[in-house]
Amino acid sequence: MKQFNYRLFIFAAAFLFGILFSMPTILQTSWGKKINLGLDLQGGLHMVLGVKTDVAIESRAKSIATSLKFLMDENDIIYDELAIKGNSITFELLDNDDIAKLKGLVSKDIQGVSLKENGLKFTVTLTAEEIAKTKQNAISQAVETIRNRLDMYGLAEPTVAKQGEDKVLVEIAGVKTGADEERIRDLIAKSAHLQMMAVDEARAARVATMSAEEAATFGDVILKDVATSQLYLLKDVPILDGSMLTDASVGYNQSNQPVINFELNSQGAKIFGDFSGKSVGKRMAIVLDNKVYSAPVINERIGGGKGQISGNFTQQEAHDIAIALRSGALLAPVVIEEKRSIGPSLGADSINASLMALIFGFLAVVIFMAVYYGAAGVIADIAVIVNIFLIVALMSLFGATLTLPGMAGIVLTIGIAVDSNIIINERVREALRGGMSVKKAINDGYSNGMRAILDSNITQILACTILYAYGTGAIKGFALTLSIGILASMLTAILGTHGIYDILLSKIEKTKNYNFWFGLEGK
Amino acid sequence: MEVFKSHKVYNILEKGKIFFALSIIAFFAAIVLVFTKGLSFGIDFAGGTVVQVKYQGAAPIDDVRSRLSKNELFSKATVTPFGNEGEIVIKSPSTNSNIQNDTSDIVKKLLDGSGKFEIRKVDMVGPKVGDELRKKGLTAFLLALGVILLSVTVRYEFRFALAGVIALLHDIVITIGAISLFEIDVNLETIAAILTILGYSIHDTIIVFDRVREYVQESKENDFKQIINEAVSRTLARTMLTSLTVFFVILMLYIFGGEIMHGFSFPMLIGVLIGSYSSVFVAAQLVIWTGFDVKKYRAKMAEKQKREKEKDKLRAMYEQGRV
Repeated sequence: MKQFNYRLFIFAAAFLFGILFSMPTILQTSWGKKINLGLDLQGGLHMVLGVKTDVAIESRAKSIATSLKFLMDENDIIYDELAIKGNSITFELLDNDDIAKLKGLVSKDIQGVSLKENGLKFTVTLTAEEIAKTKQNAISQAVETIRNRLDMYGLAEPTVAKQGEDKVLVEIAGVKTGADEERIRDLIAKSAHLQMMAVDEARAARVATMSAEEAATFGDVILKDVATSQLYLLKDVPILDGSMLTDASVGYNQSNQPVINFELNSQGAKIFGDFSGKSVGKRMAIVLDNKVYSAPVINERIGGGKGQISGNFTQQEAHDIAIALRSGALLAPVVIEEKRSIGPSLGADSINASLMALIFGFLAVVIFMAVYYGAAGVIADIAVIVNIFLIVALMSLFGATLTLPGMAGIVLTIGIAVDSNIIINERVREALRGGMSVKKAINDGYSNGMRAILDSNITQILACTILYAYGTGAIKGFALTLSIGILASMLTAILGTHGIYDILLSKIEKTKNYNFWFGLEGK
Repeated sequence: MEVFKSHKVYNILEKGKIFFALSIIAFFAAIVLVFTKGLSFGIDFAGGTVVQVKYQGAAPIDDVRSRLSKNELFSKATVTPFGNEGEIVIKSPSTNSNIQNDTSDIVKKLLDGSGKFEIRKVDMVGPKVGDELRKKGLTAFLLALGVILLSVTVRYEFRFALAGVIALLHDIVITIGAISLFEIDVNLETIAAILTILGYSIHDTIIVFDRVREYVQESKENDFKQIINEAVSRTLARTMLTSLTVFFVILMLYIFGGEIMHGFSFPMLIGVLIGSYSSVFVAAQLVIWTGFDVKKYRAKMAEKQKREKEKDKLRAMYEQGRV
């Protein structure tokens, strides 16, 4: 009875597997899993954004100062020289009796600060934990907000993820034009910090001659109108801000200009209603990212918590601002630390160039092997072909991303995969020259060759693993395809070709034409 | 077809003396080159900006230069033709981290009116990221060396591993020397190439060492030099053929893969040649210098076998309940 040729069986199974699962990618069918093209091959935008966490810490200190001020006023504590410097707040009490009261208030109502005293002078500093927490918040909030904005913008599967300790990775495929890219960047960068601020009507007339420092002494800020550059004197502590917003959408005013309608939550609606009721006849400014969009006079109490931002928006601007408002404000501004933007035409060129390299590299190796080793070379070539299908199939199944260095990895695999066959064939030739029988020569070749091949493949895969772990983006793709290629080559070039020899053995023994089978001259 | 037919054993060690001397010279020349001429780090490691622009028709390079010089970001920029006609590459050591008025916007504004063009690629790496990438690259390299040293030690012998790793360093240093000599920009893909050479070169060396081990274990030859000559001669065909196939495919990458791939394919081309050369002429020579002794090794192996046998015997006795 003939022995079951398990090697050939596995090889055939691998071949079918390779063909079946690489089809969706090769033919670009509508079914099945396909390889994703990397940004460098299909064009796209890759950015690593830095989050300016110190700004978030400053604004945390500012908001603590606001609550401190509120608490001290409410409890009749008299203080002076309240100032914010970086992450600490300094002030001076005027009355010794207030010290105990202040300490009680701070420990009860304000978290994450330490209080230092020097006589009547006090310094409130954010604790290290609070700083770390604020930083973390700013980063995770940036990730969340940017992801929301890109999702709402309607981009296909953008990647937004935290990278390292304080960075945000943004990857967007299929950015077609420069204008598209610009719009996306603008959308990401918008702080979308909405505030309703009261105009300081008592001093408003003097705004043109007032310095920012002077305004600060009244607890005011001077902001510019977005369109006319008119100056407004506004109370620094806002009536309410964008955190109380529930919805924002594009609408049209009477003259058919795009505007942004927004809605407030119940708390915001109440504050808005109370304030407008108390301030009839005064002006209230709608401020977005520190620019005044409008400052209408309040005619009556405004209930229902609805408002409108009007400016000379284009349809597109109004749309993008509405998205930014809905997705929430960025606690801290972001900057670009790394950017790689590839146009789609360059991506297509890169695919063509690397496919050419793949085809010519493949042809060179395949022809060389067939010429040098005869039938044994052709058998090795079959293994290489199956190997390529297997790489494509495995990458498709894992939904892996193919990058330009990944293509280089596949090309390199072709060169390395035939090495196993070269090692084995040289061994077989050696044995045949020494007068061994074909059967013994083949078995010897495989068992001797195996040892060295295994040793070196394991070492190479280890090196690839390190490359994968420490490489970034595109380099990972290279390490991945090369390791898949090496693993697949053990299956195809070693096991597979051995299986083929098993069925051909009787024929080889009959003809004894070693020149035809192994390229051995004169035998 | 056969190129390496004869059973002849070449006296590689004797002939190799000249090559070995050459290797030492090349090794130190490369080190001197790296320290005097230096490496030109690309933006991945040094930080900076690279913009690739394609014009319809010929690119007005002088006009582009004068337009760019107006902006601080490009005051130190170089403008060079790239690949096809009409395509140029602008390289600047400066970076711009503003997201709303970023590099693409600035280039577009500056070049507006210089002809019909398309910005095909913008790469910007800030100084912080560059630092990180450099650290990561170096860590990867050292780790890979460590892992290779370890795995060869486990499978062979420490002296073999040492010789292999020194041969590896030889290959890498000379390749880096060539990168410096030909003024190739060192970027992430160059590091990938160097790590691949690392893998390829140790692969080549292992194939030779495997033969050496085989002869040490199986032949009665006591002259280690003779064993090495035989091992290297027997694997010569394979070494040459494999370097040829790998060299072929990388040459195709170099020719067809476009300029983008040159940072990878060029160091690879050199590395493959040197890796194959060193596995023939350098690695085995080094094992001799580390003082490997055939007789001692065989004695050790015999001892080991004896111990294993005794252990087996004891175990067998134990299982039969006689101890």
